[in-house]
Amino acid sequence: MEAVTFIQIETAAAVQLFLVGLVGGMVSGFIGSGGAFVLTPAMMTMGVPGIVAVASNICHKFPKALVGTLKRHEYGQVDWKLGMVMSAFAELGMFAGKQVMTGIRRAYGDIGTSLYVSAVFIVVLAIVGGFVLRDAWRMYRAERAGEDVRTHRVTRIARWVQSVQIPGTMMHFRSLGASVSVLFIAPLGFATGMLAATIAVGGFIGVPAMIYLLGAPALMASATELLIAFVMGLGGTVFYALDGAVDIRLAMIILAGSLFGIQIGAIGTTYVKDHAVKLVMGLIMVIVLFSRFFYVPGYLSQMGRIAPLDADLLARLTWLGDGTLVLALAVGGLAILWALVRGMAEHRQQHEELAAVDGVED
Amino acid sequence: MNGLAKAIVYGAASLALYALLFLYAEETVELARRTREGEKIWFLVPIVIAFAFSLVHGAFTGAFWDAIGLRPADKKRRK
Repeated sequence: MEAVTFIQIETAAAVQLFLVGLVGGMVSGFIGSGGAFVLTPAMMTMGVPGIVAVASNICHKFPKALVGTLKRHEYGQVDWKLGMVMSAFAELGMFAGKQVMTGIRRAYGDIGTSLYVSAVFIVVLAIVGGFVLRDAWRMYRAERAGEDVRTHRVTRIARWVQSVQIPGTMMHFRSLGASVSVLFIAPLGFATGMLAATIAVGGFIGVPAMIYLLGAPALMASATELLIAFVMGLGGTVFYALDGAVDIRLAMIILAGSLFGIQIGAIGTTYVKDHAVKLVMGLIMVIVLFSRFFYVPGYLSQMGRIAPLDADLLARLTWLGDGTLVLALAVGGLAILWALVRGMAEHRQQHEELAAVDGVED
Repeated sequence: MNGLAKAIVYGAASLALYALLFLYAEETVELARRTREGEKIWFLVPIVIAFAFSLVHGAFTGAFWDAIGLRPADKKRRK
């Protein structure tokens, strides 16, 4: 087992964590999750042992998700009932995900788990990210062409899921405006938790599942995901804190930045249409997907599947992979800021027009 | 309490919390070590700290953006 040691925190490292937390918070506040995945590698680069990095990251995530949930609740976007039902199954999924990881580590060592994580990243992000991006792009194009785009369109499969009646398992959800059997929600929550335990971002399954399979509007799905992230994060933190692996100093430095960010992301959602959430989410997922390709050669050479790589080349590939993750976050952050600034400008213009019509200053 | 006053009050409280964390940083490291050595009850310390910081610092960051004019869209007038 890896030794648990806490590092000295230098000022430069603290500033870096604060900034990554800030941008990560923006992304989480906007798409419901996904802002934290660069923090674990960032901390490990500073010399934090892997388990402490994971533990401290998750310990900053649950308070961040809590603040985000409350903020987006103010805007009426959180479906508490759906969130709690999803969370219950997500906890089970997290437990199962951890068991799978432990099993792989026992059989193939740390490199085996790294390869498994990369494979999950690539498969999930390629399928789900591609789908989300395609949908966002279609909505965007239709809107540009001047077609009437309703802000929310329920997919055919979601309509079918909503039409299935299984006595004794039906629950009504505000975000769906319909009743859905818990038997459909269970595997979705479970998969969300399992993904969270594997790649630390369960929302990459949870949010698209709520949108495309259950029929929730993207804005409500991303807000509800924050509640799920809170419950999962709290469970995960208790688990790691019992092992004494949480470095609360690191977690609170990241939280300092991310609480500024999560408010920006949450406010941003009130200015945008549904497809903006999908677009940002899809973009981030696809860029993160590409980051994995830079790590795989290193894993394969360490496993002896390909000829050993030169140490210099290996370091460069790792740097490129980490850099691509930062790029994903930066692109997401800029897209959110752009949406926010544009939305606020349009909003102000609308206000002025209305004020002119009303003949009153607002 | 108006927006600016709220931002200042919560900002001061948040700053105080961070100052305390900085002063007692060594103690948090020590408590984590004792948790690892079997005094499991100390696992509550980081969790309580995280909740306290999220409430106070979260209220501050919200008030901060509000005070500088970053506010959500007014729903009644949205198209």
